[in-house]
Amino acid sequence: MANLTTDFIGIRSPNPFWLASAPPTDKEYNVVRAFRAGWGGVVWKTLGADGPPIVNVNGPRYGAIWGADRRLLGLNNIELITDRPLEVNLREIKQVKRDWPDRAMVVSLMVPCDEDSWKAILKRVEETECDGVELNFGCPHGMSERGMGSAVGQVPEYIEMVTRWVKKHSRMPCIVKLTPNITDIRKPAEAAKRGGADAVSLINTISSITSVDLDSFSPEPSIDGKGAHGGYCGPAVKPIALNMVAEIARDPATRGLPISGIGGVTTWRDAAEFLALGAGTVQVCTAAMTYGFGIIKEMTAGLSEYLDEKGMSGVSDLVGRAVPNVTDWQYLNLNYVTKARIDQDLCIKCGRCFAACEDTSHQAISMSPDRVFEVIDEECVACNLCVNVCPVENCITMEQLPKGAIDPRTGQVVGDPADWTTHPNNPMARAAE
Amino acid sequence: MSTPQNAPTTPGIVAGRMPAETLADAFDDLYPPYTPHEALVAADRCYFCHDAPCITACPTAIDIPLFIRQIQAGRPEAAGRTIMDQNILGGMCARVCPTDTLCEGACVREAAEGKPVEIGRLQRYATDRLMARNAHPFERAAPTGKRVAVVGAGPAGLACAHRLAMKGHDVVIFEAREKPGGLNEYGIAAYKTPHDFAAAEVDWLMGIGGITLRTGMALGRDIALDRLRAEFDAVFLGMGLAGVNALDIPGAELPGARDAVDFIAELRQTADLSALPVGRHVVVIGGGMTAVDAAVQSRLLGAEHVTMVYRRGREAMAASDYEISHAANEGVRIVTNAMPVALHGNGGLREVEFAYTVEGPDGLRPAGERFRIPADQVFRAIGQKLAGVPEGLVLERGKIAVDGTGRTSVAGVWAGGDCTGGGEDLTVTAVAQGRDAAEDIHASLMGVMG
Repeated sequence: MANLTTDFIGIRSPNPFWLASAPPTDKEYNVVRAFRAGWGGVVWKTLGADGPPIVNVNGPRYGAIWGADRRLLGLNNIELITDRPLEVNLREIKQVKRDWPDRAMVVSLMVPCDEDSWKAILKRVEETECDGVELNFGCPHGMSERGMGSAVGQVPEYIEMVTRWVKKHSRMPCIVKLTPNITDIRKPAEAAKRGGADAVSLINTISSITSVDLDSFSPEPSIDGKGAHGGYCGPAVKPIALNMVAEIARDPATRGLPISGIGGVTTWRDAAEFLALGAGTVQVCTAAMTYGFGIIKEMTAGLSEYLDEKGMSGVSDLVGRAVPNVTDWQYLNLNYVTKARIDQDLCIKCGRCFAACEDTSHQAISMSPDRVFEVIDEECVACNLCVNVCPVENCITMEQLPKGAIDPRTGQVVGDPADWTTHPNNPMARAAE
Repeated sequence: MSTPQNAPTTPGIVAGRMPAETLADAFDDLYPPYTPHEALVAADRCYFCHDAPCITACPTAIDIPLFIRQIQAGRPEAAGRTIMDQNILGGMCARVCPTDTLCEGACVREAAEGKPVEIGRLQRYATDRLMARNAHPFERAAPTGKRVAVVGAGPAGLACAHRLAMKGHDVVIFEAREKPGGLNEYGIAAYKTPHDFAAAEVDWLMGIGGITLRTGMALGRDIALDRLRAEFDAVFLGMGLAGVNALDIPGAELPGARDAVDFIAELRQTADLSALPVGRHVVVIGGGMTAVDAAVQSRLLGAEHVTMVYRRGREAMAASDYEISHAANEGVRIVTNAMPVALHGNGGLREVEFAYTVEGPDGLRPAGERFRIPADQVFRAIGQKLAGVPEGLVLERGKIAVDGTGRTSVAGVWAGGDCTGGGEDLTVTAVAQGRDAAEDIHASLMGVMG
């Protein structure tokens, strides 16, 4: 059995599955239930500065999009940081960490952008004996209007400044949580690193409106006929998160900076993909909010089995394995020539490949009167759309033409690997060596 | 639960074999309608096939992927409209079509996983929603001043009349029976169309306006084709098959033997099913839908033993595989390759004698071995035939000969439905023929080349 124990910037947990800072980690009651279920750690829901508690809306906080059987695909929220008194949260954090010493206990923080505020909260948090802090520079709704959350995360200089304060006033490990609501995720990550962050976590939620009520013309979730953008999360955001994690993992300026991956992790497989792209732990929220804490058993068992199958002894063997394979378009092998192949035994003759190719692509699939669909190699550019729209798994596959074969579409012989950097059509091409 | 006056084992042909509550349940919807969520989940299984095989398999060529997508998109009424554009009796067809041999049989998911998209139930969901609006969705074109007579208010006649009315023509339907609907009203198992749906559907269809219904008017008895031709600009014949094939064997006249179509019609018109008599030992002779409907409903009424006997093999039965397995599930015993040779009894019917059959060069013949099945009631379901055909119409294999657009050998007279050859004697084919004839009548009356 592979060992799932994780050591992330000195924070140990029995598995890499943490609950993200969010409603599931707002109280001792929830967190204890999570630990009982087997979660490796939590990032406690974001604490604010001492003072009058935060106020939330009293109408719907969440909006969603669903598949046909109400499978929740994306969730959006307009909830703010914890609305419970600071001292209650701190007392509970201390108690839970005492009761569950083997679990990771990270505390998320968001206070006004001045050094004193950060100094004050850090001192109190340190007294809980938690394992570390996560700086919430990500929330895109509500708090950002008050100069916190993503308002900080969108300005690299602020990230660096606050991170520096945190490292100056605390010995606790510091994770900076990044907002995806920017144009280049590498810039805030670099800023966090410059400021002395031990790690980054990403992504926070994406600014979003889930839907519009076509009777009242209110955005959803609707508060008395009006709506404000919320933060989007859940399975729908995973591809965006994977790319952002990979960008940080492979950028020379941030390479090696530990990453806690967040964004649509729903099963062990999603987690394994984040780990392969460089994340050292993953954080989960929507999946737990949808199905409850019991999903952790599928996640740990699935990851453990996968590691066993791959002959990996622990999580660290997997971390970053896919990073070397993430590259720029210009380095992709243009002599990798494939053609779609339709398995006639598996084909159910729905014709979706034909409609997609004929209507929207390259007219590279023929259809006979008795509904036999075949690829026309002379036209097939190997775009993969037919594979993606085919309802039968493995019915259409891509077959690589061997070196020396002639591509019937171009009439050219398949040669040795070569990319855009040396392509004759590239005015900037370097001479082939 | 009320105690019935009789039991399945009570000898003879008696009423009240089952408690009233059991009967009410047994004759209710075989498949309850989808809830909105069920419909969304079922609709999501549709792949929106290119040039979809289900459309080709539908005699009325309903754009099935489109209507299912409209359900997915939260517009079931628009889906209903898509169905009704092609098939104005789409509500009934959703209930009675042998979908396993039509659209659902052609569904690519049937081939892929043996579980087709449930097109019939989705069609019912969409048409129910549209009809629940209580507003007829189609409008009539400007009046043309043309008048068309339609003989028979069954599926063919109704579809023809509706399409003609929509085109702006005035239509008079002459129906021999008391009620419109044809076999939808009189000839289909009650559990396929409960809650008086057939009558409600006709009312809804007539909502387009321009259609006058005259019941109790039979061709050849109360009206003559010549008079109709003289009084109307065109005539459509859709009177179905009023005659039944006779069972010409010794003992055929014994009390207890009757036509299955009469039994089904009586059952459909009975207000109190617990008052409807049925035998303890019922034998149904035939292998079509009528035979299945008579056999299954006999069981549901409480007959202890029901046997369906067909003279050829199971593969030759006109009833679909689904219908046959439904009958078997309801406890009907199915005997194939056997033909009746005599009915036995002394005053009342006691048993039916059969001979096993073999297929020879001259058709079926008795194989020699014989057997008897106890019977106090026998239903003949050995086919219906044309009755009261006006002179001058050319027939083909005992049915009215028509061309591809429903034209008969007599100028100005079209025909469709079971009274013509070519179809499969299904509601849906009758609708297609009535509709297509209406289009041709319209083209002909308006001087447009069809």
